[in-house]
Amino acid sequence: MKFDTPAADNPIDQLKIIGQPVSRIDGPLKTTGTAPYAYERHDVAPNAAHGFVVGATIARGRITALDTSAAEAAPGVVAVVTAANAGPLKKGNNNTALLLAGPEVEHYHQAVALVVADTFEQARAAAALVKVDYAPAEGAFDLAKAMDGAVRPEKGDGMGGAADTAVGDFHGAFAAAPVRLDATYSTPDQTHAMMEPYASTAAWDGDRLTVWTSNQMIEWGRSDLARMLGLPKDRVRLISPYIGGGFGGKLFIRADALLAALGARAAGRPVKVALHRPLIVNNTTHRPATIQRIRIGAGRDGRITAIGHKSWSGDLPGGGLETAVNQTRLLYAGAHRLTAMRLATLHLPEGNAMRAPGEAPGLMALEIAMDEMAEKLGIDPVEFRVLNDTERDPENPDRPFSQRQLVACLRLGAERFGWSRHNPKPGQVREGDQLIGMGMAVGFRNNLLMKSGARVRLDAEGRVTVETAMTDIGTGSYTILAQTAAEMMGVGLDKVRVVLGDSSLPASCGSGGQWGANNATSGVYAACMKLREEVARTLGFNSKEAVFADGEVRAGNRAVPLAQAAGAEGLTAEDTIEYGDLAKRYQQSTFAGHFVEMAVDAATGEARVRRMLAVCAAGRILNPKTARSQVIGAMTMGVGAALFEELAVDTRHGFFVNHDLAGYEVPVHADIPHQEVIFLDETDPTSSPMKAKGVGELGLCGVGAAVANALYNATGVRVRDYPITLDKYIHRLPEVG
Amino acid sequence: MKPFTYERALTPAAAAGAAAATPGARFIAGGTNLLDLMKLQIETPAHLIDVNGLGLDRIEATDDGGLRIGALVRNTDLAADARVRRDYPVLSRALLAGASAQLRNKATTAGNLLQRTRCPYFYDPAQACNKRAPGSGCAALGGYSRQLAVIGVSEACIATHPSDMAVAMRALDAVVETVQPTGTTRKIAIADFHRLPGDTPHIETALEPGELISAVTLPKPVGGRQVYRKVRDRASYAFALVSVAALVQEDGTGRIALGGVAHKPWRVEAAEAELPRGAKAVTERLLAGAKPTPDNAFKVTLVERTLGAVLADGRN
Ligand SMILES: Cc1cc2nc3c(=O)[nH]c(=O)nc-3n(C[C@H](O)[C@H](O)[C@H](O)COP(=O)(O)OP(=O)(O)OC[C@H]3O[C@@H](n4cnc5c(N)ncnc54)[C@H](O)[C@@H]3O)c2cc1C
Ligand code: SF4
Repeated sequence: MKFDTPAADNPIDQLKIIGQPVSRIDGPLKTTGTAPYAYERHDVAPNAAHGFVVGATIARGRITALDTSAAEAAPGVVAVVTAANAGPLKKGNNNTALLLAGPEVEHYHQAVALVVADTFEQARAAAALVKVDYAPAEGAFDLAKAMDGAVRPEKGDGMGGAADTAVGDFHGAFAAAPVRLDATYSTPDQTHAMMEPYASTAAWDGDRLTVWTSNQMIEWGRSDLARMLGLPKDRVRLISPYIGGGFGGKLFIRADALLAALGARAAGRPVKVALHRPLIVNNTTHRPATIQRIRIGAGRDGRITAIGHKSWSGDLPGGGLETAVNQTRLLYAGAHRLTAMRLATLHLPEGNAMRAPGEAPGLMALEIAMDEMAEKLGIDPVEFRVLNDTERDPENPDRPFSQRQLVACLRLGAERFGWSRHNPKPGQVREGDQLIGMGMAVGFRNNLLMKSGARVRLDAEGRVTVETAMTDIGTGSYTILAQTAAEMMGVGLDKVRVVLGDSSLPASCGSGGQWGANNATSGVYAACMKLREEVARTLGFNSKEAVFADGEVRAGNRAVPLAQAAGAEGLTAEDTIEYGDLAKRYQQSTFAGHFVEMAVDAATGEARVRRMLAVCAAGRILNPKTARSQVIGAMTMGVGAALFEELAVDTRHGFFVNHDLAGYEVPVHADIPHQEVIFLDETDPTSSPMKAKGVGELGLCGVGAAVANALYNATGVRVRDYPITLDKYIHRLPEVG
Repeated sequence: MKPFTYERALTPAAAAGAAAATPGARFIAGGTNLLDLMKLQIETPAHLIDVNGLGLDRIEATDDGGLRIGALVRNTDLAADARVRRDYPVLSRALLAGASAQLRNKATTAGNLLQRTRCPYFYDPAQACNKRAPGSGCAALGGYSRQLAVIGVSEACIATHPSDMAVAMRALDAVVETVQPTGTTRKIAIADFHRLPGDTPHIETALEPGELISAVTLPKPVGGRQVYRKVRDRASYAFALVSVAALVQEDGTGRIALGGVAHKPWRVEAAEAELPRGAKAVTERLLAGAKPTPDNAFKVTLVERTLGAVLADGRN
């Protein structure tokens, strides 16, 4: 189905099942521990041997000698895979560094060997016996030092956009502006820290490979794994029905999948590999650190006349940008504009996508800058944003936003949160030994359209089965796809079964970039439209008039059970949603207002969130319960990003030092008190037949800055360097006593 | 993890004897620290002696009005003990500020005293670490040291002792009781139990090879207002940036011990004489000669401010 004109009324608009707060249909499997994850596929890959990955212990250089003899002789060892015996391996299209090093080493903990043994313990013990000698090379590990040599990447922003944009005369307008801000912000490297480690079980059947893995993007994964191994795509099957969190880390094939495949080939039996926790941080990808310079000029009336945002990030040679300026191109009005991104070469592990890549760190900086500007102007931070709202793409005024309810988000949020109690003068509110502050920030993230396919089957009992290579990364895909099919076919949810995450099923958009919900349900919508036609034709209805409800097909005074259409054979329909140019003509984005109250211990500086509110405008909310879970999870991640998440770089040896969950602190329950989420009533007919957009990343965008602004409001100390840990402001807090 | 043999000891003396007689032997109590380190091959014992069956899991009154805490008493049970809560509340609070409920259910008194540092370089076998591999150097010096020690450090090691419980015990003047491989027992004042790193950071306590901790005794309660204040980046489930154990009497005298700043719970009795002059004066004495790194210099300020709040709390 080609979607190229705005959606009219359609069966989804009935909202009998779509739009309802349905609990996750995979919930019981999760709570009873029976959802089979990639490392636990004893059922389909019995007798699997265990692989343990050996990581490089230098950041850059060459392997001069690799001695696996002791490991091979260790008890239980079946095989040891290294670059020397793995055969030719290509780099995946979605990888910057090779997943198996040798002789070149590109980053710390890049895999140099896989030891395969009968038991996990044997593999781990033998892995310690692999002896590797290195000739280390110098590298660049410090963004602040490397930024002077940073360049404008030839491939633009890596997402089809330019690295730089300019409108009007930024420099002139900025110089002439009566009120100006010129400030530099920094965000650290971050790791996804998902609960389920990267894990895969691989089995060969002749030259056919099956990999049960934990991967967000089945189709990308299948192509890349085939490419790495030099196999035709159709020899590789990827199965990933349950994923214990990915956050962008599992968009791509990583060492677990490739090495499990190589290990299984070497061992002649299935092999499973999970990356052990201390290896994950440096072996896999991370969100790159940024340094961002923001300049805003405004008239005394508060209207922005000039806005400039430049960002520096680093990556391995051949890598890409953290696109931290992208939201600044779209978010606020202002006639004179400048954005630029520069990429430095760093020999740290590979930088890549993490939840809301670009916007998450970009808004962490931009929305502090907006707070600072509001203060300079003496205008309330909410009003300042309202004043600079725009209904059109400010770089390209021919393009209106398809929907833009940012002002409504802010107004409702301010009202519900009690923003009127916000004291514009910081450091004023004290309750006992706590300094209290309120902060807000705007959330913004684009809606992305991706083609997505599905197959639906109707059987003789009137049951509907949805099959698509879509994934559920804990988000609720199973549930909203079932809701879509139930709504379309006029059956109850109990009549729908959903099968996901298998590359033998119709290719889907996968999960990433908050595009999964809208596109995957639209694919199911398309397939269901076809199935409805089949059903109508079979039963002799005019498909335009037929109503599908309560397990029946009705038109005029005739009603026939849906099951009857299926016959003994059943009916099957398959389709793919594809998009025309609506996203070019309209800027499709999602918006939020984030509000945070913080308490900061006046003596120790410990900063704790007291309450948070997000008001989101993100198209049709397909399931308010799963959507809310996405947003509160994202808000939690935003608190971590603001207050403590940071991969500490050892700039001498070129690696992330705190590479486990003890050293890299993410929020725990005690950090997250009251969270509230409100969704505005919205449908976006330009986005898809579902009229939905995404929320999974929107919930994170802006949260960090809202926390930072609340912390500033509490303490009166402005910190522009994330995470905002107490060591950065404690010396400026009032005297104790 | 390297293969190891395992035995269950039946008496304290037999446990100590076996430990001395078997090369590479280690005791295992709750295992919450030792097993993690074995998985990473930071500890590679050839033989484990399980001490959980020694009957050292009781808390009993001593003749001089104190409390004897068996080495195997779980952190949860110790924190919940009515006598501890009434007479030594600083200990209860320190325990409850540590780890998580699940870990405290398993963790023992002796194991807690002997838990090893959380220096991130100690945990990465690819990095130089004098504590893990004596003579290999110290990667933390000049590296990422935000969590590490500011006082009592050496050129060889700047690690901290991560225990909360031990900090409270230091303030309470606890005594560690042991059984040696010969079967003789001895008492070690908590002040002398943990060592500074010096040039042998791998030797962390006064225990001799094979020596088993049988109990920790607390002297007669001294009363006073008892506070354990642990400062950390996140609200729970994190080791201290700094912590303060304080026993403050009505007349303004008291005892102060610090966690998160040194290779052992940090107490300087002479500094306590400064208590009437306030937190700044106490901190100056307590942390005199501190050698922080650029990463952790804030701990000095943080100690003073936290102590200030602890002392001020009592006045309000
Ligand atoms: C995730 C995590 C978070 C934590 N957070 C904190 C925290 O915030 N604060 C805190 O204080 N602690 C914390 N801990 C540490 C925890 O308190 C210790 O792991 C625990 O107290 C160790 O006790 P155990 O009985 O399990 O010791 P084990 O692991 O069994 O043993 C530890 C050591 O003690 C030796 N040993 C045990 N018993 C004896 C004995 N009777 N005589 C001689 N030697 C003996 C062992 O040989 C071993 O070397 C945390 C631990 C984890 C895993
Ligand atoms: S500080 Fe101590 S524990 Fe840490 S690396 Fe140095 S020697 Fe090892």
